[in-house]
Amino acid sequence: MKLLAPPDTARNRPSEDIPAVPVRHPGRWAGAAAVVLLGAMFGHAMLTNPRLDWGTVGGIMADPSVLRGLRTTLELTVLAMGIALVGGVLLAVMRLSRNPILSGASWLFIWVFRGTPVLVQLFVWNFLGALWPTISIGVPFGPSFHSWDYNDLVSLFTAAVLGLGLNEAAYMAEIVRAGILSVDRGQPEAAASLGLTHGQTMRRIILPQAMKVIIPPTGNETISMLKATSLVSAISLVDITRAGQDISSRTFQIIPSLIAVSVWYLLFTSLLTIAQYYVERRYVRGTTHSLPPTPVQRVRTALRARRAPLVTGGSS
Amino acid sequence: MNQPTHPTPTAEPMVRAQGVRKSYGPVDVLKGIDLEVATGEVFCLLGPSGSGKSTFLRCINHLEKVNSGRLTVDGDLVGYHERDGRLYELKDNEVARRRRDIGMVFQRFNLFPHMTAVENIMEAPVRVKKEPKAAARDRALDLLARVGLADKARSYPSQLSGGQQQRVAIARALAMEPKLMLFDEPTSALDPELVGEVLDVMRGLAEDGMTMIVVTHETGFAREVGDAVVFMDDGVVVESGSPRDVLTAPRHLRTQQFLSKVL
Repeated sequence: MKLLAPPDTARNRPSEDIPAVPVRHPGRWAGAAAVVLLGAMFGHAMLTNPRLDWGTVGGIMADPSVLRGLRTTLELTVLAMGIALVGGVLLAVMRLSRNPILSGASWLFIWVFRGTPVLVQLFVWNFLGALWPTISIGVPFGPSFHSWDYNDLVSLFTAAVLGLGLNEAAYMAEIVRAGILSVDRGQPEAAASLGLTHGQTMRRIILPQAMKVIIPPTGNETISMLKATSLVSAISLVDITRAGQDISSRTFQIIPSLIAVSVWYLLFTSLLTIAQYYVERRYVRGTTHSLPPTPVQRVRTALRARRAPLVTGGSS
Repeated sequence: MNQPTHPTPTAEPMVRAQGVRKSYGPVDVLKGIDLEVATGEVFCLLGPSGSGKSTFLRCINHLEKVNSGRLTVDGDLVGYHERDGRLYELKDNEVARRRRDIGMVFQRFNLFPHMTAVENIMEAPVRVKKEPKAAARDRALDLLARVGLADKARSYPSQLSGGQQQRVAIARALAMEPKLMLFDEPTSALDPELVGEVLDVMRGLAEDGMTMIVVTHETGFAREVGDAVVFMDDGVVVESGSPRDVLTAPRHLRTQQFLSKVL
């Protein structure tokens, strides 16, 4: 492959490989072979098992009750994460406040909501009507203007969103706090010296830089949340897991139902992973000289190279 | 007592410190600073690290709170306002308002890493002065050209050398059209061959009549550009006067010792 190149250009290519016999890795090859073999056996067992009807799996995935459950699962995830994000930023800023009441209140919230199981919190939100049957607005400790029945105000769905969202907010608060603390101390000083207020400094200078630290664990938490929504079946809200269970208890297609539900979960966790990848890229602006190409860009480059192969390339 | 011998006739100095003290717990960092900086003057603060010169600089725009004494900028008491002989602490947004008029350049540049050079410069005029974006951008580009970086408008700080970053930082401070510029060891974090480009920009500012307080180890700059030089050590002003007096013929032993090491 070097034959076509004039001898003096070799000096201009400092990264030319030294011609040597590479180290062999027989262990790696044996390990890879074992993994491939086990994978093939498992795949074969899954695909040829007469008791596992893949048509049934597809049918369950497309079942209207499962699709309704899927929609509930996605709605719960989006709303609960929305509460968690807004609440998390609020709690983190309160926690870092110099006012001891505000930081104490934030600490207490995190202590309670992170310290009890989310399942327990879901039950509490569902049955809180037993403690306060009506909710009123009015003068604190004074007369009330209007009252609502708790169970009218807080439906099963609302209880689920509150339970999941407020629990998650406690975790997000710690993630956001870590992000804020990761920003260099010179940044708020520079902002202050320019006359920016505390609020402007937080919104324009601190939080955008904190995002770099906040996004990766937030992606994790969102994926966690997608799956944690399956807990709501405990307060008899029908999410996708519950819908799958209903089908399996009716038709005894237990494994196909579980597979159908799992495939839906996997599909959406994959989408979230891709979304996280692109959001992360947006917030590392300025921190690296140039970003590596995305997989899509890489494929495109490879296709272009294939269409117009480089004559000087080293491939044979 | 330690007033610089600068012949400016204006009645009110840009900065006046009278018995300024600052301590962190039991550690006294400033032990009674008295000095005056006249309008249009380039005022250089020299001294070993830990002598309190950076702390004093940070007191001027209220990044640090003074414990006692009086510190005024253009006649306004820093951090307080005075009515009927009583002091009232300024609210956060009033402190922010005062800081608009005082530019500051830091040793470590402190550019906003998530913004391009031109965005760094536009940020304060747009957010603080509510300037229209297009006008702020035009002015930012002018300022970049003035510090010799017209072609770096769209670069992020991480893509610039230290000297370039510091010049953007100077342009960012100038964008607020301050009446006073504070420089906190602006060349100490730079490679030796990049120091000159930053000092050139500062020299140009001085020629334009900007009032500047410069904490520096660059005695050459102080000698050439400075109107007044103060040597600080251990929280007090040891010696002050014209650059020629302090740098060429220091009277105090401590100043002589320091200069013999720096030069």
